[in-house]
Amino acid sequence: MNYNWNWGIFFQPNPMGTGTYLDMLLSGLALTLKTAALAWVIALITGSIVGVMRTLPSKGANWFGFAYVEFFRNMPLLVQLFLWYFVLPELLPKAAGTWLKQLPNAPFWTAAIGIGFFMSARVAVQLQAGIGSLPRGQKMAATALGLTTVQAYRYVLLPMAFRIILPPLTSEFLNTIKNTAVAITIGLLELTGQARSMQEFSFQVFEAFTAATILYLLVNAVVVTGMRFLERWVAIPGYITGK
Amino acid sequence: MFGNLDFDVIRRALPYLFLEGMTFTLTLTGLAALGGLVFGTALALMRLSGFKILGRIAGIYVDFMRSLPLVLVIFWFYFLVPYIGQWVTGASRPISVGAFASSLITFIMFEAAYFSEIMRAGIQSISRGQPAAASALGLTYAQTMRYVVLPQAFRNMLPVLITQTIVLFQDTSLVYVLSITDFLGAASKVAQRDGRLVEMYLFAAIVYFTISCIASYGVRRLQARIAIIR
Repeated sequence: MNYNWNWGIFFQPNPMGTGTYLDMLLSGLALTLKTAALAWVIALITGSIVGVMRTLPSKGANWFGFAYVEFFRNMPLLVQLFLWYFVLPELLPKAAGTWLKQLPNAPFWTAAIGIGFFMSARVAVQLQAGIGSLPRGQKMAATALGLTTVQAYRYVLLPMAFRIILPPLTSEFLNTIKNTAVAITIGLLELTGQARSMQEFSFQVFEAFTAATILYLLVNAVVVTGMRFLERWVAIPGYITGK
Repeated sequence: MFGNLDFDVIRRALPYLFLEGMTFTLTLTGLAALGGLVFGTALALMRLSGFKILGRIAGIYVDFMRSLPLVLVIFWFYFLVPYIGQWVTGASRPISVGAFASSLITFIMFEAAYFSEIMRAGIQSISRGQPAAASALGLTYAQTMRYVVLPQAFRNMLPVLITQTIVLFQDTSLVYVLSITDFLGAASKVAQRDGRLVEMYLFAAIVYFTISCIASYGVRRLQARIAIIR
């Protein structure tokens, strides 16, 4: 193989003048984590609301939840990001559109919001399945005790449902982190983006992508381990995973 | 709001969008799903086989692929495949691989990891008595898998497999990062040439949405029809 390996490349200064190539990749990692964190907060909040709506005894709320999930699940994430980034500012009133386009860090906010809503549909489906997996008696008992619908969800259904769906939520969180790489297409210099620009500047393709790969694997391992602890901590006594 | 939009640009671009773009997207989706299913089934069989080492290798491969973003994997294979080709054919220089071949290899290798988990679940859903009965009838391991286990596993998992293929169909849009003319790539090229981003991206969104919606409706119908009553 006539490829010139040069593992020392990481400690050479990068052409942006922001330190070494390694610093460049680490700043990409930081941006990946920041984007993923904000997207995950959006996904959890909107996903929970929509997921609850799908289980409410109201035709309108069910229908809205169904339409919401179908809308965000049936378009590629890349297309959704393009819609947020290129299309939305044009469809808004002129002043709002201009303001949006001149926003500093526009790729970051677009990516976080776009990925957040994309993932919220998936969170909603998981939560709906979690609430659906609870025995009917729980809701009935809550009603019999005189709890209102809001109270029943707040004190009985949701605390159970969220614990049950913790493992699938972990993989959705990992998906959120991985999906931030799609934002490279709207110019966000997250980890994959930094690895790509390192490759373009230094021509050390395989070193750059190997480093990015290792960093993704590390993040993955940390999240999986952290969630294991969380799972054990909130486990419900009496369930298979319980104490 | 829609006042100064020119929807005629879409009509003019239709042949290019569908004959070139959508043909690429659908061919890539179909072949990648097929290849991913074959490799994925092989991985699942490795994982469930009695040989610990084979199972370990398959497990590592699946976990590795599933923890990387698809975009990064696309870049990896795009740069790696020429060198692998050189190594396989013994050429003196990295061989050039077309955009289609490169992305097809990427998606087969990537999707195999996801299909293998589905097939593993499918194989494990078969009751133990089935392979036991098969070997009592004198069937070899290969025959047991070929005639007894895999057909049932495939049938049980068909809705999930198709759902994964819909995800794959949407994910093929990511070849955009290699400037390949798939459906979204074609739409984006027209959009940039004519300065009509809003019209083209809205149209692309509607097309992806419609196809995925119809397909997932089909999956729901199928699920109701082939559900085995236990």
